[in-house]
Amino acid sequence: MAPVLSARDIAKAFGPIEVLTDIDLDLEPGRVHAVIGENGAGKSTLMRILSGHLAPTRGRLVLDGRDVSFTDPVAAEEAGIVLVHQEILLAPDLSVAQNLFLGREPRRGLFADDAQMERRAAQALAELGADYPPDAPVRRLSIAERQLAQIARALVEPYRLVIMDEPTAVLTPIESEALFAAIDRLRASGTAILYISHRLPEVKRIADTVTVLRDGRHVTTRPCAELEPLDMARLMVGRELTQLFPEKAFCAPDAPVLLEAERVSVPGFAEDVSFGVRAGEILGFGGLIGAGRTEVFEGVMGLRKRSGTVRIGGRALHARGAGEAFQAGLAYLSEDRKGKGLLLNQSLATNLTLAALARFTKGAFIDAPAERRALDRAFEEFDIRAGSRDLLAGELSGGNQQKLLLAKMMLLEPNVVVIDEPTRGIDIGTKQQIYAFVAALAAEGKAVVVISSEMPELIGLAHRVIVMRHGRIAGEVAGDRLNEQDIVTLATGVGEGAAAAA
Amino acid sequence: MRMNEMTSVEPGTKGEAPERTNPARRARIDMRALSPFIALAVLIALGALTSPVFLTLDNLTNVATRASFIAVIAVGATFVIAAGGLDLSVGSMAALTAGVMILAMNAVGGAEWTTIAVGMAVAIGVALACGLFNGLVVTFGRIEPFIVTLGGMGIYRALVVFLAAGGTITMSDWDLRETYRPIYFGDVLGVPIPVIVFLVVAAIAAVILYKTPFGRHVVAIGSNEEVARFSGVPIRRVRTLTYVIQGLCVGIAILIYVPRLGSATPTTGLLWELQAITAVVIGGTALKGGTPFVWGTVVGALILELVANIMVLSDFVSEYLVGAVQGAIIIIAMLVQRSLQRGR
Repeated sequence: MAPVLSARDIAKAFGPIEVLTDIDLDLEPGRVHAVIGENGAGKSTLMRILSGHLAPTRGRLVLDGRDVSFTDPVAAEEAGIVLVHQEILLAPDLSVAQNLFLGREPRRGLFADDAQMERRAAQALAELGADYPPDAPVRRLSIAERQLAQIARALVEPYRLVIMDEPTAVLTPIESEALFAAIDRLRASGTAILYISHRLPEVKRIADTVTVLRDGRHVTTRPCAELEPLDMARLMVGRELTQLFPEKAFCAPDAPVLLEAERVSVPGFAEDVSFGVRAGEILGFGGLIGAGRTEVFEGVMGLRKRSGTVRIGGRALHARGAGEAFQAGLAYLSEDRKGKGLLLNQSLATNLTLAALARFTKGAFIDAPAERRALDRAFEEFDIRAGSRDLLAGELSGGNQQKLLLAKMMLLEPNVVVIDEPTRGIDIGTKQQIYAFVAALAAEGKAVVVISSEMPELIGLAHRVIVMRHGRIAGEVAGDRLNEQDIVTLATGVGEGAAAAA
Repeated sequence: MRMNEMTSVEPGTKGEAPERTNPARRARIDMRALSPFIALAVLIALGALTSPVFLTLDNLTNVATRASFIAVIAVGATFVIAAGGLDLSVGSMAALTAGVMILAMNAVGGAEWTTIAVGMAVAIGVALACGLFNGLVVTFGRIEPFIVTLGGMGIYRALVVFLAAGGTITMSDWDLRETYRPIYFGDVLGVPIPVIVFLVVAAIAAVILYKTPFGRHVVAIGSNEEVARFSGVPIRRVRTLTYVIQGLCVGIAILIYVPRLGSATPTTGLLWELQAITAVVIGGTALKGGTPFVWGTVVGALILELVANIMVLSDFVSEYLVGAVQGAIIIIAMLVQRSLQRGR
């Protein structure tokens, strides 16, 4: 059958970095086409291009045999293409029905036709098995219910192509089943569906065709019947590791445990997480985005409410804020460099010394010359490249910001260093420097935790990797099992047995 | 081999851009710091053209003296605003402080400096308590500073009206008034004492904001509270202290205000919050927090008083419209700030 929408040689670059290269894709009516790949493989970028949220750098979109370019998502929706977002994008104070028709309210004369909206909304919600009324305010709905409402938005109009970005991420199995039934009905009615998911068994369950992306490139497109979930995982991962990573230093198995967490729970995010890190060891934390890794460590730092016991060098830590954790010798580098790491509109020196300001005082005053010397040292030690030392932190590139953040936290002279997504948004050369630095920290005898969504990073750096799923530790891999397949399997819950069952 | 996750990078991060010094930014910082001084110079020139009296030493020292209350209060407001807060209660707080101070001196009696010292201690105590209340409710109550200080504004004002029984609280001892009078009307080597006070207050404030860890923490919280939290800055303590400092400044302003009229009424300090915030914003400190400009704030307070002075001396506009012009100035100052920021 002729495709509804085709992508031809689609490429997308952000600045000099190309995140999507020469992608071809045909989306046919009445077929469910799944796109799978690791975090950062380019799935989201591709979807955003298809739905008019982003313009491609190169390539064409072909709709019904004619070239099209969407100026915005509204234009794409008018052409019959809708994207169901992964994040919840609903106005909390409006009702479900009002949200479903937001911006395209049916009218009766001058007024919005509430009765019609609620009737059609109720129908869409019923199809998804949602058991709340269409006039319920979104504010009162749970996250899963909101996700269903968001999916319902794609059902109230007869769209020709529905794109779903991890729609089941927050749904329970029962809700997911109702969604799959709705997808089956859409397929039967001749709608094309593009389905993104990390959950490979459900891809197996509903997809007709599977496309695998890796590092922004098209790996393969095959009929779903030919692939088992484990094959999919292999295709997603399948890459060689180069010497991007430094040699792993020997970590003595009897080295003292510097950071120990016992049954740590962070309400709403993580439950019953226990682990220990020894001096000289790099412990990786893997898992999908939203698995609760960041929240566990924010809890450990005292930046979130938590229960359970945390010990640093054998002494219990009850930090009520980052300051107390710093004093105990624990430092945490946030994944959110711009939002939680650096003051973008302040100078480099101000940023560098902020966490360790007490070390830069002379009497009651800040020792400005000492700050400048520290900045000079940081530039040298971390190879920070900036035209001038008088820039604002926001004027540095991502890689240099990350180096500045490292330098800032190292001024605290911590014994335990937790680095969350150490290389997010950073070019390959800087990555290598940061990996070397992380390895050096461990070699110095510090205990290091690296949280990362990039499998190669975990495998290349860590001695052991703990994988989290849905706020719990799903398992730990080390030695021979320290490979991408085992991590993906734990992170997604696709065990050999589960795969067979699916 | 490339393994990237650019899809997860927020818009605006366009990969690795080559660094270069942005000349527009240098200009922006300079303009921010300079613009209040330029405005001051323009106003003085304008005043000189309007009236021959304007440039006399008497008139100028008079203007500076009258600006001193707002200048001192606005220096306190610079701390609060730089930390990303707001205090709408300063006018009412000033009235309450003045009222309680006078009542205390009347109660002690006598015309000695000891009486005044007791009054001063009471005034500072009342103002500190008001500031501490504002700060604690904002930080530990986790309520928007706008709401908290709006509430404080109502409470403190009502307390003055109550203490004055709707009328005026007056210093009853005329000899005491004479003793206290020089604090407002006196001078040292020709410089009026209130002017000395606001210069000293501003100088101390500048040292605290620019040279101490506390000042750095204020700036950090105002720039990005989350970053400050993740950097171990004690947010609540620092934020509360900014309101306490605001209270202290109100107290100091009242020490030089009371000898001027020797009374407090339900309208004392009316709209001072508007003038203080205007002075801070004219001075270049952004209302959303971050980099403070203490000396800009002082200049802002002078500008407000100069505008009033010029309007009184000239006959162009009715002096009843002073408030309107001052109101217009804050809007214009915000527009100027916005346009200076656009170069980013």
